Amino acid sequence: MSAATTDWTRRTAAELADALAAGEVTSVELTQAHLDRIAAVDGDADSGVHAFLHVDAEGALAQARASDERRSAGAPLHALDGVPIAVKDVLATTGLPTTCGSRILEGWVPPYDATVVTKLKAAGLPILGKTNMDEFAMGSSTEHSAYGPTRNPWDLTRIPGGSGGGSAAAVAAYEAPLAIGTDTGGSIRQPGAVTGTVGVKPTYGAVSRYGLVALANSLDQVGPVTRTVLDSALLQDLIGGHDPRDSTSIPQELPSLVEAARQGATGDLTGLKVGVVEELSGDGWQPGVKARFDETVALLVDAGAEVVEVSCPNIVHAIAAYYLVLPAECSSNLAKFDAMRYGVRVLPDGVDAPSAEEVMRASRDAGFGDEVKRRIIIGTYALSSGYYDAYYGQAQKIRTLIARDFDAAFEQVDVLVSPTAPTTAFKLGEKLDDPLAMYAGDLATIPANLAGIPGISVPAGLADEDGLPVGFQVLAPAMADDRVYRVGAAVEALLARTWGGALLAQAPELEEVAR
Amino acid sequence: MSTDTLVDFDEALTRYEPALGLEVHVELNTATKMFCGCPATFGGEPNTQVCPTCLGLPGAMPAVNGKAVEAAIRIGLALNCDIAEWCRFARKNYFYPDMPKNFQTSQYDEPIAFDGYMDVDVDGETFRVEIERAHMEEDTGKSTHVGGATGRIHGADHSLVDYNRAGIPLIEIVTRPITGAGAKAPAVARAYVQQLRDLILALGVSEARMDQGNLRADVNLSLAPTGSGVLGTRSETKNVNSFRSIERAVRFEVSRHAGVLDGGGKVVQETRHFHEDTGITTSGREKSDAEDYRYFPEPDLVPVAPSREWVEELRATLPENPTAKRARLQGEWGFTDLEMRDTVGAGAFGLVEETIAAGAAPQAARKWWVAELARRAKDAGVELAEVGVTPVQVAAVQALVDAGTINDKLARQVFDGLVAGEGTPEEIVAARGLAIVSDDGALGAAVDKAIEANPDVAQKIRDGKHAAAGALIGAVMKEMRGQADAGRVRELVLERLA
Repeated sequence: MSAATTDWTRRTAAELADALAAGEVTSVELTQAHLDRIAAVDGDADSGVHAFLHVDAEGALAQARASDERRSAGAPLHALDGVPIAVKDVLATTGLPTTCGSRILEGWVPPYDATVVTKLKAAGLPILGKTNMDEFAMGSSTEHSAYGPTRNPWDLTRIPGGSGGGSAAAVAAYEAPLAIGTDTGGSIRQPGAVTGTVGVKPTYGAVSRYGLVALANSLDQVGPVTRTVLDSALLQDLIGGHDPRDSTSIPQELPSLVEAARQGATGDLTGLKVGVVEELSGDGWQPGVKARFDETVALLVDAGAEVVEVSCPNIVHAIAAYYLVLPAECSSNLAKFDAMRYGVRVLPDGVDAPSAEEVMRASRDAGFGDEVKRRIIIGTYALSSGYYDAYYGQAQKIRTLIARDFDAAFEQVDVLVSPTAPTTAFKLGEKLDDPLAMYAGDLATIPANLAGIPGISVPAGLADEDGLPVGFQVLAPAMADDRVYRVGAAVEALLARTWGGALLAQAPELEEVAR
Repeated sequence: MSTDTLVDFDEALTRYEPALGLEVHVELNTATKMFCGCPATFGGEPNTQVCPTCLGLPGAMPAVNGKAVEAAIRIGLALNCDIAEWCRFARKNYFYPDMPKNFQTSQYDEPIAFDGYMDVDVDGETFRVEIERAHMEEDTGKSTHVGGATGRIHGADHSLVDYNRAGIPLIEIVTRPITGAGAKAPAVARAYVQQLRDLILALGVSEARMDQGNLRADVNLSLAPTGSGVLGTRSETKNVNSFRSIERAVRFEVSRHAGVLDGGGKVVQETRHFHEDTGITTSGREKSDAEDYRYFPEPDLVPVAPSREWVEELRATLPENPTAKRARLQGEWGFTDLEMRDTVGAGAFGLVEETIAAGAAPQAARKWWVAELARRAKDAGVELAEVGVTPVQVAAVQALVDAGTINDKLARQVFDGLVAGEGTPEEIVAARGLAIVSDDGALGAAVDKAIEANPDVAQKIRDGKHAAAGALIGAVMKEMRGQADAGRVRELVLERLA
């Protein structure tokens, strides 16, 4: 056999599902292939991609064996039964640590599975391990992980985006065909954009948040990270749906996303009305990003879409509103980390019989990173009496205004498009001392979270100036996730003609490192 | 221990006007907790009725218990409240070791029920207590401090936390300031909580046992100079857990506040603890207005929006208001106001009602519960309902009295037997040989013996002084250990000495 056919890590999830169904490969074989790839390129905090915080070879292989047995008995559980997956370390998993990239949860093994994880297990997907992330999902570069940064497979000196840099890098580096991410202000889409992968933020409530360690509950959403739009559709169809344990989850069923992706893949967009968001395509964007965006819009026109410019004037306030709502909610969420019931406990130096407060103080001091402390303080302040109306209250009003902007825009057009992120992947450490610059990178992704609408980032080519991936974002009204997949799949198909196939194929080969 | 100067209660009220505020927490008797599926039953081995949600584990989420919402609406309706068309839960952020999330999920500015009232009767006078709100929240866990002498955290060498109770649904009912009660303020406070408890029991939404903490009252009190029309600084006496204590706590706080004000001092806004043994309150923690709970809407829960149809359905199924029911039954039973007050005061209303339903005459039912059985309950230090005798048994005992099988005196021995679990009233009468003897043979012999032993008395009766018969009857009763039919004995005595 040739190398191309035996390297199972280069296949998409849909292809792997077909190969498993056709009996060309076993789940054990392809799970092992991905574990081998992880062993070869993932490395650790000092070298390699470092996409994983915990790899569960034994557990994944056991799940793979069970999958193979089901298949030989003629009863696979799901189309993706046997296809391995990586899960962001912010979702609760029994038997596997869940640290949220934080020291304060070091070694914590939850006694329960997140609903999404339960669904993955019930469908027979072996879980390869847990992926790296900015601490408690706070960050846009995965440099705020307490366990060291993840590196961008396109250039190991660069960031993989954040907070889901681990999930995006694992998929981009062929360590996993599928990954689960979470998107609070762009943590799936922005890493997708800078690593050349597909990332989807579903409609708020379309996927259960039960078992997702909350960053900002009213913004968080679980979603897929994959190499193709179809794979994301397969995954969201699997993990989505109502969950009685998450009262914010939507009771209605969404239309089939796989069907929407297949329809979009024909590349025909006749009759589609596309809005280019004026506020998200102007100055300040990296020229290579702007160029790829404009070309992609032109392709949409060629495919039959009608493109108009629309304005969402309140979007300019999105970052300000986001950085009040988010810290407010997270300051409340993180108060439970008191080192008493789970996670690490740090005893204060030089105190003989420390009080509970002293233990908590020492544990939080050692257990939380700077970005987390920064946001806790901002959030506590924003919620405090006398400031609530001026900050949190105002931010909620802006959210309403942004949602109304979107409503108005969606009366004119079917989808809205923009670049996913204003720049390609920057160098590790480059913006670490400038939180505001880091925050500004999420301008295009944050509005969807504030409004609860779905969005996708699809690779749109490489920027001329640095040869790094650029993302193209498609937004649709709440519950119209199928529209996002249809247009995303069309963009993917149209661009494949321009770029001669999958963009990731153009990424440099990774050197093997010792893990 | 206390440096408070107390002013006599009645004297205090010559100069000051008390304003009362009551916050009552009712623990609902739903099968499961407020936000998860854990059993909400009382007791259980520590930390056996817990799950990721009520333990507040990272990632776990709440989902609202519909039965708790239903109970909240029914309580609101029974208190004449408006029911919100749309309300939300909020997070009340503060630290407490037995609160696993470090915030309590409660309702803040959007309670499910608001603007109600309850009319409270005190000594024939009716006070309208305005209800500001009734809102839903969750209970906390329970801490036990081990190794110290006092059971308090100071001096303990470790603390244990049981989260079984964490997440049990609570309804907090808050009154507006109650003014104008004057010297009746303690009685109004007591009567309000008593009537509230009756209402809760009638609704069937809680066991409402104060001793088990199902119903907990916080008593707020402030004094202002009479006629000033302002509200003074209040103290908040937490978790007062009996009706009597509520009354005493109000009295004590009136005396204490007056002492502070008379001395030119300022009442400190603080929480206070009530001590059952001494009847005094002591300072808890100072509670300034600056305490900041950083409330904000709970983002993990969708708003609660009870449909109007549902609210009307619940309204239609409300039980008769206990106060109205009491007035109705007082008329049916023919009780005087005093008799009624004693019955209610003894906590015997429901028991009397059941006893009458089981066939006893109203006065007889009242007599047993309010006199005999209330005394026993008091001696044993238990609630009347736990004295060991049921309404059906009381009715059965009275039936034996009515049939002439026993008299009231013997009935008390039957109650002894019932408390000791010796069987049914009939079995006890048989086993203890308590039945009244009306057999003329046995009675006749005893009468003859009494005449023989008391010749002087016998002669008086022969001389026509029938009033003297009592002494002989007494002697016969003594001989028969009380088990004689006194009327028949009298007849026999007069017959023989005619």
